[in-house]
Amino acid sequence: MAGMPTRISTDEVAHVARLARLALTPEELERFTEQLGAVLEHAQDVEGLDTAGVPPTAHPLPLANVLRDDVVVPSLDRDEVLAQAPAVEADRFRVPRILGEVP
Amino acid sequence: MSGSDSGGAGRPTATGEVGATSGTGVPAPRFAGAAEIAGGVRSGRLLPRDVVEEHLARIESAEADVHAFNLVSADAARAAADRLDAAVADGRDPGALAGVPVVLKDNLCTRGVPTTCSSRILEGWLPPYDATVVQRVVAAGAIVMGKTNLDEFAMGSSTENSAFGPTHNPHDLSRVPGGSSGGSAAAVAAGFAALGLGSDTGGSIRQPAALCGVVGVKPTYGVVSRYGLIAFASSLDQIGPFARSVADAALLFDVIAGPDPADSTSLRDDPPSASARLGEGVDGLRVGIVTELATAEGIAGDVVARAREAADALAAAGAKVDEVSVPAVVYGLSAYYLIAPAEASSNLARYDGVRYGLRLTGGEAGRDGDDGDITEMYLRTRSAGFGAEVKRRIMLGTYALSAGYYDAYYGKAQQVRTLIIRDFEAAYERFDVLLAPTAPTTAFPLGAKTADPLTMYLNDVCTIPSNLAGHPAVSVPFGAGDDGLPIGVQVLAPALGETVMFQVAAALEAAAPPLAAPRLYSEGGTR
Repeated sequence: MAGMPTRISTDEVAHVARLARLALTPEELERFTEQLGAVLEHAQDVEGLDTAGVPPTAHPLPLANVLRDDVVVPSLDRDEVLAQAPAVEADRFRVPRILGEVP
Repeated sequence: MSGSDSGGAGRPTATGEVGATSGTGVPAPRFAGAAEIAGGVRSGRLLPRDVVEEHLARIESAEADVHAFNLVSADAARAAADRLDAAVADGRDPGALAGVPVVLKDNLCTRGVPTTCSSRILEGWLPPYDATVVQRVVAAGAIVMGKTNLDEFAMGSSTENSAFGPTHNPHDLSRVPGGSSGGSAAAVAAGFAALGLGSDTGGSIRQPAALCGVVGVKPTYGVVSRYGLIAFASSLDQIGPFARSVADAALLFDVIAGPDPADSTSLRDDPPSASARLGEGVDGLRVGIVTELATAEGIAGDVVARAREAADALAAAGAKVDEVSVPAVVYGLSAYYLIAPAEASSNLARYDGVRYGLRLTGGEAGRDGDDGDITEMYLRTRSAGFGAEVKRRIMLGTYALSAGYYDAYYGKAQQVRTLIIRDFEAAYERFDVLLAPTAPTTAFPLGAKTADPLTMYLNDVCTIPSNLAGHPAVSVPFGAGDDGLPIGVQVLAPALGETVMFQVAAALEAAAPPLAAPRLYSEGGTR
């Protein structure tokens, strides 16, 4: 495994913000770069720890494939769920265009 | 934000000045506990409506200073009390929590009642279902007094990251209540309710409990259903009780614990009993003080002193007390601040303006505008809806999971998690429970740590290891700091070790120095 990366740059923060669908102002970008850098620097203390051959723990419980009987049970009321949506059309969630042309 | 649920007055209007236990026209100098209230209601000595009015009177008197609530459900609480009155009159069993006022952290879903996570992005949302814990406390006869403030999406240690303003510590209004469940902790400390529910991902129940001088419990992962708890970091989140006594916390634990088909991570077996061995003492039990947590950087001298005194008190009560090393816990904070944001970045991707809450579009901002493109909608909605701390954690998690850094950050953190579990398992071969401080200091002034996120994160150094391991832990008030403010000491136990954990916590409580009640009301006194 390679060593820890160097301190996070403003370009990298701008990139992850874009991935996370967050628009940052120039001031936010600068402040977040500084703050994330400090947190990641602190996190680098795990670097010195010998973890060779140690399996990762993703979850505290050793659960896999939790299944129930395949029977129909009542679910959330559709109208009650749709009533909470910002925009609805024909019993569906309505969203802005996802393609660049009008169908 | 504050308000009232069903029409009518914007603020709760308490008319019943006569307290159910004081009868003097002023709030009772000592707040009645949950067991006491439930016992009184079940036997017919107390009327639920009187209990509710007494608590609403305290809310009316002090909530403007404390700001524990996002919503006070005054009308619904009165209606629930009246239904309970009728049940008792009809001779029906009113439940284990009959008439007990309870507050809910505002990340627990309540059907038809606003649930905000103290975030703008969920503004106006009315959940279409109740969280399982809400169903269980209501079925047990508890009366919901309202939804309490939190750090946005439970991310924080001071309740200052709320879109609706901070909660204040009832013991000193210039100081934070801790967080993220600061509203529930403050409400229980202030006597707004006898019980509270919170969620604990890295210490968010135990740290505010310590700072507010109440009992706070993080159960074993999987013992309490997370159905209806709005997810922050799913492998770490756990719902748990706040109370002013260990016995009351145990009472609430026993009501909310147990399997739930609606949560696939809920354990299938019957949960351990919290109440089974309360009052049995600690004679012969083996108690280990975690060396690394008692000597961690930044733990104040008075906090370490109270933890040592707590250990001495248990030894005096017959426990075998010794130091124990759990070496990997020193890496807990670093691992946590990679794992929790990674899970959060995934969980919070759902707030996209499509199905609920805030939507801002590229054109005119409005709930039914559909101009602009969808990426523009995501960007506008999420940028306006999330506060700074939530954005930081989403970006931190996105970065830790991104190509090229995954092994160095997230993968390494998951390995540290394994090491922490192994070190705890080794310690529990020699000890029944472990002891550690809860928070590094007493409550700090509002604003003291908001400029530097890392300083704020250090609050969680002693609480995080239990979440990473999935183990239970409880914070019990044990004396005060040099500034007179409450200090908490943690009892940690192995997975499903709640019975012995509560047993030791009760012994600790019995040995604790008396703590002054918050001086919010004209008649103070101790609790």
